[in-house]
Amino acid sequence: MKRKIGISAAGLLALSMSGWTQAQTVDPLQVRGWASTCATCHGTAGVAQPGMDSLAGLNKDDLYKKMLDFKSGRKPATLMHQLAKGYSDEQLQALAAYYAALNK
Amino acid sequence: MKRRQFVQTAGAGSILGALGMVAGCATSGAGNGAHVVIVGGGFGGATAAKYIRLWSDQSIRVTLVEPNASFVSCPISNLVLGGTRTMADITTPYDNLARRHGVNLVRDRVTGIDADKRIVRLAGGGELGYDRLILSPGIDFMWETLPGMNKPGAQDKVLHAWKAGPQTVALRQQLEAMPDGGVYALTIPLAPYRCPPGPYERACQVASYLQKAKPKSKVVIFDANDDVTSKGPLFKKAWADRYKGIVEYRPKHTVVDVDAATNTLKFEFNDDFKAAVLNVLPAMRAGDIAVKTGLATANKRWCEVDFLTHEAKAARNIHVLGDSIQVAPLMPKSGHMANQHGKTCAAAVVALLTGKQPNTLPIYTNTCYSFVSADEAVHVASVHRYDAAQKTMLTVPGSGGVSTAASELEGGYAMAWARNIWADTLA
Repeated sequence: MKRKIGISAAGLLALSMSGWTQAQTVDPLQVRGWASTCATCHGTAGVAQPGMDSLAGLNKDDLYKKMLDFKSGRKPATLMHQLAKGYSDEQLQALAAYYAALNK
Repeated sequence: MKRRQFVQTAGAGSILGALGMVAGCATSGAGNGAHVVIVGGGFGGATAAKYIRLWSDQSIRVTLVEPNASFVSCPISNLVLGGTRTMADITTPYDNLARRHGVNLVRDRVTGIDADKRIVRLAGGGELGYDRLILSPGIDFMWETLPGMNKPGAQDKVLHAWKAGPQTVALRQQLEAMPDGGVYALTIPLAPYRCPPGPYERACQVASYLQKAKPKSKVVIFDANDDVTSKGPLFKKAWADRYKGIVEYRPKHTVVDVDAATNTLKFEFNDDFKAAVLNVLPAMRAGDIAVKTGLATANKRWCEVDFLTHEAKAARNIHVLGDSIQVAPLMPKSGHMANQHGKTCAAAVVALLTGKQPNTLPIYTNTCYSFVSADEAVHVASVHRYDAAQKTMLTVPGSGGVSTAASELEGGYAMAWARNIWADTLA
């Protein structure tokens, strides 16, 4: 079990590296548009009203991993697993970088 | 240049005052003082107003024309009917759009549009010039499909309460006045209509109220559709488990007329039905101003748009958002979706007015919660992505879904969703 987790973490790192290089080429205005889909529930500038998580200023890698875990079903959720599946890994990577760069 | 002069000369009275207030701080950015007029301050129009200001660094002037002083939310309004929330809970003033974002609020109604001259005419008598116009007029009703509803007083007695506001209050009063043992009958038109799961949530909320306050009463749903159009198994489970003996669901019942004087529904094939309280949702179409302007190119009901910009197919420089549009496949007419339309349109309008290309890959999410009791909710979620080959929005394969079961956890999320979308749209 432990070994399995080790392998998947290494795989995640490799994915994360390749995703990052691709994310660099995405038009920032396009990323801003995608990020605004999250803002409906998580706040216009990533600072949410009570009852939802704020995304602004979170660690980029942690946020990306969380989204991948929603997407894979590794992290239980009521709804986020269904939404995360709507985005490519590269898009999630770009979104994590966008929200990480906002002020808390 | 011509446009700016026109706006300044046309802006008389209070409109001039409002425009003048912002003109001083709107000259530095790339938008060069271009003027966008937005008609309708719902989830689509208010979001577009705020985001054009944000994304143009306040360099594009935005005027929002809206007759109401405050925004009253359709989502959560069924809980007002159920008696667990108040009108104050679902009401948000518009003033943050002006104070924080410099949106010019014009409390008026648009009566006409001249697309060639690029001006809108206001009921109050003024005119507004625009570089780009955004219409977010919601829905209006096809009263011609129910002749009896056009008789004097009929629409004041038989309510729809499908635009949150005075009718929400009035329908709640009718339910409170109904004697124990009375029947509340709700009729649902053929899809598409505003908020697919909304009628079924309403049936749950009314049943929840009657169960406590008037336990001998009943809720009868007459649905023109073949089956429940959204979250079907979840609603049917709620009716069977929680509201057994109270809610009765009758699909394939198309109302063809209403006799308001005797509170009687008339159907295409079935027997007449009389109830203590009638709640009739007539067939719907794009808001009057969009139809009148010739933008309702799909069956004369809905406005076809270019999904990259939300520009109407029938008119240049006029964009349409929200419930008025001809939807893409599997796209619901929802407040959440209108909020997403508003952002895609805002980004495109800012790009077009500053000499840039609009984004080529819009994505929308949709999240829609329904309360099946006072505290427990269920959801449906979807993600929609632009398909360049088909030039429409398609759901992303494998994404989206519904709740496994109703829960208080999701009831909490549903209220948090509401607080957040209200803030994202209006604050």
